[in-house]
Amino acid sequence: MKDKIFKGLLFAAALAILLLTAGVIYVLVKQSLDVFHEYGVFGFIFNAEWDPRPETEEYGAWSFIIGTLFTAFFALLLCIPFSLPVALFNGEYFKGYKISSFVSSVVDLLAGIPSIVYGLWGFYTLRPIVIQLGVNAQGFGIFLASIVLAVMIIPYASSLSAEFLSMIPDTVKEGAYSLGATRAETIRHVSLPMASSGIVAAYILALGRALGETMAVTMLIGNTTNVPTSLRDTGNTMASVIANQFGEADGLKLSALIGIGLLLFLITAVINLIAKFIMKKLSVR
Amino acid sequence: MGVTLSGAGATFPYPFYSIVFRDYMRKNPGVRVNYGAIGSGGGIRSLRDKSVDFAASDAFLNEKETASMGAEVVHIPTCMGGVVLSYTLSGVDSLRLTGELIADIFMGKITRWNDPRLAAENPNVRFPDLEITPVYRSDGSGTTFVFSEYLNKVSPEWNREMGTGKALKWKAGLAAKGNPGVASIVQLTEGAIGYVGSEYALTLQMPSALLKNKAGNYVKATLETISAAAETDLSDDMKLTLTDMPHPHAYPISMLTWLLVYEDQTYCGHSRQEAEVLVDLLNYIIGPDGQKLAAQVNYVPLPLRAVQKTQRIINRIHFAGEKLSTAPDPEIAIVNVLSETETVGDHEKTVLHEKSLVDER
Repeated sequence: MKDKIFKGLLFAAALAILLLTAGVIYVLVKQSLDVFHEYGVFGFIFNAEWDPRPETEEYGAWSFIIGTLFTAFFALLLCIPFSLPVALFNGEYFKGYKISSFVSSVVDLLAGIPSIVYGLWGFYTLRPIVIQLGVNAQGFGIFLASIVLAVMIIPYASSLSAEFLSMIPDTVKEGAYSLGATRAETIRHVSLPMASSGIVAAYILALGRALGETMAVTMLIGNTTNVPTSLRDTGNTMASVIANQFGEADGLKLSALIGIGLLLFLITAVINLIAKFIMKKLSVR
Repeated sequence: MGVTLSGAGATFPYPFYSIVFRDYMRKNPGVRVNYGAIGSGGGIRSLRDKSVDFAASDAFLNEKETASMGAEVVHIPTCMGGVVLSYTLSGVDSLRLTGELIADIFMGKITRWNDPRLAAENPNVRFPDLEITPVYRSDGSGTTFVFSEYLNKVSPEWNREMGTGKALKWKAGLAAKGNPGVASIVQLTEGAIGYVGSEYALTLQMPSALLKNKAGNYVKATLETISAAAETDLSDDMKLTLTDMPHPHAYPISMLTWLLVYEDQTYCGHSRQEAEVLVDLLNYIIGPDGQKLAAQVNYVPLPLRAVQKTQRIINRIHFAGEKLSTAPDPEIAIVNVLSETETVGDHEKTVLHEKSLVDER
């Protein structure tokens, strides 16, 4: 009897989550219908024009999509040289040592810092450095936002990668050593190839994080409506334009912002599905 | 007893309304006034749906909106404000700007501080060879509306390329959310200039530019100069913009902010008692106590003539044809405001008010 109640509760909880997700999708689709109706799906996605003035009103998501992908991929690129060594440190070289669990808890701590704190750190500490570097006159823009994003996603990329590296059976690595391979050679030719799909999946999940990050990016990217073409440019991401403009928006503009929310939802969902798919392939192997 | 009024609308006057409503509730136990700073658009929609008793807006209703309201709506100005151009430029303590220069800076046509046109307006200032970073609002805002409305009046190019609106299509600079966002970027960026609500800039004592007004004088934004913008022929309905006004001391980017209520308070579910409390609240806001609170939080009190006109508008509000206003005779209200402004301790403003009183008589 107790078991049955427990089972029922679990079932209800699972169902509630499904309903909640369905509800979110339903509202996003319903509220964005206006804008897709007005411009067509592709007309909305590939239009870089965003003009909120009532007389010449026109909304397109392209500049924000590019801003999002630009910052997220550049952040991913920046985070690799930091997260991969940390993953090797924890998952390979010092696997099982005290120092490894210390380093990995510190890295995990990075994931627990609220995004507004990263934003403040970028605003007050990193921005003057970026100005000193001569990236642009005010420091704000794609470059600054990407650096902060990179730091934010390091824990996601490194802890999962370390997990996959540590799953490689010792026997395989011992085989490599017995053939005279050095530690570096073993990592390059045995560990990394074997864990590669897991590591790729870890980075894709980290990318998904970077795509949706809002607060820190809004504080640092400059919030201008344009298609960014270089690291010096300012811009806007899909999440930051929603955060900035949702408050006073109504009518078609509101619908356009919700449409951008729907597109962001779809992009992150696809990215997560790809990561899941790669991990599943790995576990079968 | 037990009357609850609710209103919704603009964010600009929210700090003033929150203290004036709190003060009113303290003096009238049993009355609750709720205000949601959801934006003017939302406030007007809520009033139209009759889900609130009053809406707040930094812009008066246009013809289309007026027609959509279904019945006569009156505009009650509650206080004034202005838009200040704040900047950070080391070694430059005083900056003079004209409307054309502001327009060209924010359109990206003047890009460096040592531009000869800036130097021509500021002969005593040595400008550095530095990029200008204009900073504007990323969110829709009444501040942006008034700022662009002013530039529309003074710059034909702005009129052609930018227009007026709560949000614009900007060509240069950076954006940040809210007055605090703009202010913090301006304060921390050498060479930045941004526009900020006067109530915010005055409270933080941010360095701000002197603007050349219509009379040709360079004026700083203060409670007095903004108030001077309303020293003009006021229309009876008080639906007016106060940018680029002719008074010699008028700050050129000044504005009114309004509460909107239905003239006939007989609508579904609305009791006569609620209507009476609403009118009493409006009288309180434009009365000496309310206006004194405005000055305390750096909003600009309405000048006397404006209070007088507003009093007449409030007197028009009725419940099925019956008068509601319990307000004293406008003349008495004026004397009260006068004595109160003196207690604020601002000599210049009192002089200004006395002068206008003389004109009125």
